[in-house]
Amino acid sequence: MDQLGPNPFLFIGAVLFVCGVVCMTTKRNGIGVLMGVELVLNGASLNFITFSKFTPLGLDGQVFSLFVIVLAAAEAAVALAITLNFYNNHLTIDVDRGDELHG
Amino acid sequence: MTAETALFYLFAFLTCGGAVAVALTQNIVRMAFSLVLTLGSVAVLFLLLGADFVGAAQLLVYVGGTLVLLVFGVMLTATGPFTRIKSAPADVILSGLIGVVFLFIVSRTVTSVNWDKVKTDVSIGTHAPAVEPAFNPTQQGNTTRPLGLSFLSVRSDRDLKTGDQAAAAKASGIVAKPSAGYLLPFEIVSVHLLVVLVGAAYLARTKRRAAV
Repeated sequence: MDQLGPNPFLFIGAVLFVCGVVCMTTKRNGIGVLMGVELVLNGASLNFITFSKFTPLGLDGQVFSLFVIVLAAAEAAVALAITLNFYNNHLTIDVDRGDELHG
Repeated sequence: MTAETALFYLFAFLTCGGAVAVALTQNIVRMAFSLVLTLGSVAVLFLLLGADFVGAAQLLVYVGGTLVLLVFGVMLTATGPFTRIKSAPADVILSGLIGVVFLFIVSRTVTSVNWDKVKTDVSIGTHAPAVEPAFNPTQQGNTTRPLGLSFLSVRSDRDLKTGDQAAAAKASGIVAKPSAGYLLPFEIVSVHLLVVLVGAAYLARTKRRAAV
């Protein structure tokens, strides 16, 4: 991996991030939005690991990547509970229908 | 081309393809499948980068835990028409355009940095391992023990004393003092997971309808 350098990995991280953001903005399905968030977090995690390999960041990058993975699991659990509640109340998971709070 | 490079290109292609498929397809079940592909390939990329423990954690926690949770969410909510809720094509085209432009900006930025120079400019501590690794070095993986020690607030991989301090310590024959690690964040994350567990169970429970 040393001959490749960090650039290809950072590019993959950028692709993951962009796909996640596009996913979050275009999907109307609540769980689709959640999947976009997972993609963004994975892109960040991949960047951390890349820098831990190719820069003096060292093991700290891997530690932060582990924290990202754990917090993403927690976020998915809570967001899924909220989505199920939304489904129970609205009988759909179309996020465009959750507009009761707008003035 | 070495086997490592070939593996990298294969899994880089799978990662990017899966991510694009997640962003483009409108069917929620296919999105879940593409996400499994993407996250699994990212785990392989972690392994290629020498982060063996993080790669294994990615496979276990993400692919084994988080995605199963998401698939359960899909199964519980995907009734009939809700499997494919279409977005307006104009929205997809517009955000796709913005995404491509943003990707271009980011990749230009990344490629314009000279990372070898950064490697020599940025110095964190002395990089000298505080404790000699027992066997094969971290370049070949074997990060489990340093990671576990750093979560217990003992850094075996790095001595944060800089310059003169390090030289003085070396001269006087003092064993390098391991620097502070991640015990407090580790504990906070543990409590956070407990709170999330209770909160998610509370939010997702079936409510009894109030007797009218």
